[in-house]
Amino acid sequence: MEKFVLRYFNLIRAVIAVVIGIVISVFLIYLVSKDPGFSLQQFLLGPILSRSRFSNVIETASPIILCGLAIAVAFQARQFNVGAEGALYLGAAVGTAFAVSTHMPAFLHIPLVLLVAAGVGAMWGMIPGILKAKWKASELVASLMLNYVAYYLGLYLINFHFRDKQAGYLASYQLPRTAWLAQFIPDTRMHWGILISLAMALLVYLFLYHTTSGYEIRMTGFNEHFARFGGINVFKVVVLCQLILGLLAGIGGMTEVMGIHRRFLWQSQGHPGYGWDGVVVAIIGRNHPLLIIAASFFLAYLRVGGQVLNLMSDVPAEMVTVIQSIIILLITAEAFLSQWRYRIMVRQAARQEVAV
Amino acid sequence: MEMILEARGILMVYPNGVVANRGASLEVQKNSIHAVVGENGAGKSTLMKVLFGMLQPQEGEIFFKGRKVQLRSPHEAIRLGIGMVHQHLMLASDLTVAENMVLGVEPRWGQLFLDTRKAQEITERVSKEYGLPVPADRKIKDLPIGVRQRVEIMKALYRNAELLILDEPTSVLTPQEGDVLFATLRQLKEHGKTIIFISHKLKEVKQIADRVTVMRDARVITTKEAGELTEHDIAYLMVGREISFERVPPPASVGETLLSVQGLSYVNEESMRVLNNVSFDVRAGEILGLAGVEGNGQTELVRILTGLLPAASGRITIKGRMVNGLSPRGIRETNTAHIPEDRMEDGAAAEASLQENVIVDRYYKSGFSRGLRLLWSSIFRHTQELIGRFNILAPSPRASVASLSGGNIQKVVVARELSSDPEVIIASQPTRGIDVGSEELVHNLLKEARDRGKAIFLTSADLDEILKLSNRILVIYNGELVVHFPNTAQLTGKDLGPFMLGVQREEAVSGKVRP
Repeated sequence: MEKFVLRYFNLIRAVIAVVIGIVISVFLIYLVSKDPGFSLQQFLLGPILSRSRFSNVIETASPIILCGLAIAVAFQARQFNVGAEGALYLGAAVGTAFAVSTHMPAFLHIPLVLLVAAGVGAMWGMIPGILKAKWKASELVASLMLNYVAYYLGLYLINFHFRDKQAGYLASYQLPRTAWLAQFIPDTRMHWGILISLAMALLVYLFLYHTTSGYEIRMTGFNEHFARFGGINVFKVVVLCQLILGLLAGIGGMTEVMGIHRRFLWQSQGHPGYGWDGVVVAIIGRNHPLLIIAASFFLAYLRVGGQVLNLMSDVPAEMVTVIQSIIILLITAEAFLSQWRYRIMVRQAARQEVAV
Repeated sequence: MEMILEARGILMVYPNGVVANRGASLEVQKNSIHAVVGENGAGKSTLMKVLFGMLQPQEGEIFFKGRKVQLRSPHEAIRLGIGMVHQHLMLASDLTVAENMVLGVEPRWGQLFLDTRKAQEITERVSKEYGLPVPADRKIKDLPIGVRQRVEIMKALYRNAELLILDEPTSVLTPQEGDVLFATLRQLKEHGKTIIFISHKLKEVKQIADRVTVMRDARVITTKEAGELTEHDIAYLMVGREISFERVPPPASVGETLLSVQGLSYVNEESMRVLNNVSFDVRAGEILGLAGVEGNGQTELVRILTGLLPAASGRITIKGRMVNGLSPRGIRETNTAHIPEDRMEDGAAAEASLQENVIVDRYYKSGFSRGLRLLWSSIFRHTQELIGRFNILAPSPRASVASLSGGNIQKVVVARELSSDPEVIIASQPTRGIDVGSEELVHNLLKEARDRGKAIFLTSADLDEILKLSNRILVIYNGELVVHFPNTAQLTGKDLGPFMLGVQREEAVSGKVRP
């Protein structure tokens, strides 16, 4: 039993964290709701009670997966670039501008638009990388500040040059149909973006663990001195991993525009926030592409559950956010339950003593 | 004979799961010098930290002067009369000797101010009482290590320590300073003090200890009167098998110069001249040893030779080719290997697996990758082969390096560096902090490499290592070469000591060889 606990400690810890999070949620819902049983059911089971809601979970997970992968590539090299949000925003804005001003058949249009968004994202992600590699500027601060620059640049581009004045609300022109990612399940908004995300997760996994460049990134993250000592070009790694971060985030933003709204309309609703969700799932998934998929679905489930709760019950939106945050906080706490594991290890050690 | 300290059945498990002490018991006679010996990682330092209250064991009990005690902090240990001098001294280097002496128990002047004169008096009183001379008004940072250590000892004495624990006190000293320390310890014994002395140098143990406790693998193996044991016996008990301490015979023939350094200087970021006009040659088939107290420019010299630091001026050639300004990979491509002085900093990525660690200098070469793709199955087989060839104790090539012992991690580093079939080997502190058994293996590997015609440049703070392996020796002091011994057959540590301390030096020293 104890050996089992030591072996699967991280998994067990995650499960316990979720359970505790839910217990706290139950308590909070009982505090604010007149019909707590119904509210709770909506929160926990809402996302799987209808096809369209379940589709919502998958749609929401799709850009989160891409942003999680983006952050993970940088974090694996121990570069704390949190610029996924900016790269996503600017990549999607420029990609939208490109899509509405060009005409070509879909088999060319879709990849070209994605390529433009990816390229813009990559350039954007690279800036903190170069600042870090050349002048040791903190990539954390640089990427944080550049998020604002990206936001207002994108806003300017769409609002002053590509705004659809007939739309009746603040949005870009609609993308030509040739640049749409098709929604392939009736009555849902499920679109091809999720397949792009899953394919990218596989690609990133292969890149990190089965290519020389991925090896360079991971070794630099484990120990930069060791990487330099062994002959790895750390300068290149620092720039490359952040370039890839921007590239993936750019695709994440663009698929969302091409698959769901078919317009750029993030100017009225503020930041989409997927870049930040990406940081959360990268941490929960320990920067591993395949775990990030699971973490993204988990987070998307929480988000949709929150929406359902907000929509169907009397629990206010603020409380929904509090509940979500508590669950995430518990999962990401590294030292949570570490004393428990330590006591088990001590007992195991003492037992070995008897055996010897 | 009365026991001043008894520890029974100590079990100490670190939070990472490492069992450092397992049923360890120790009895220390009053008014004796008690040596605790063992390889690195045997659990000596851990046991001492338990006895000083720095660590709380999960099991076991401690008796001090016949009374059972709970040592919850060093503070309590000090109050009971236990003092400890750590390997890395814990003094405030910007304060004077007197100020350090009274730190924490200062004589005050009107409640608020330090009474400096009183502090000086106290220092001089302790100094006179035990016959230990120290300059009370000098700052710690201006004093040699040996004197600083004496201040630490006096600090403990002033706090009425009856039992003094010294953790590897000689590892930072030159042989001359070591002799002075031993004289000090004998004096303290005459004053009725008890001393626990940790070491893994057998010669010292025989020289100073009354009784010896041997530890191996987190356990206490035995405790005996020092007189009953020979150095050979102790080594056998420590390692569990026979070990050779003999000097490596000089090479039969020496070839052409492979590594040549001419007029090398380096100025660090604080504008200090760390290396000044250093010149030497290393030829195929020889080991050139660089001796010196740590921090005299060895680290920088090696980093420059391996491309990790740029030189300010001078010329480095490997096989006749100028290599100044090459990247670490550029230098490796000239067939140069580098065993770094700090295996956890430069030598290995602890969280990465063994196989990831051994390919860092070769992953991009054919056989390990094709195009962008890493060939994990060949890498796995390659690592397995190295594990076998270099006798690395590891469960699998996929095991993380952090899960290995220090000696085995060093073997991983050495295996990587020597298996690239280099012509020039730059080895700094190749056996620092590893056990005697692994040390012997590394020494044999270096000797074999030498006999196969490799040029080896060796730096080490361990004089015995330098003397055992080198056929020529240079001493560095304050960034300058101060003496060159082209012949090492009759050389002893005592010959090198005065040069290492800067007491003696020769003019215009160069390690160049005339063709």
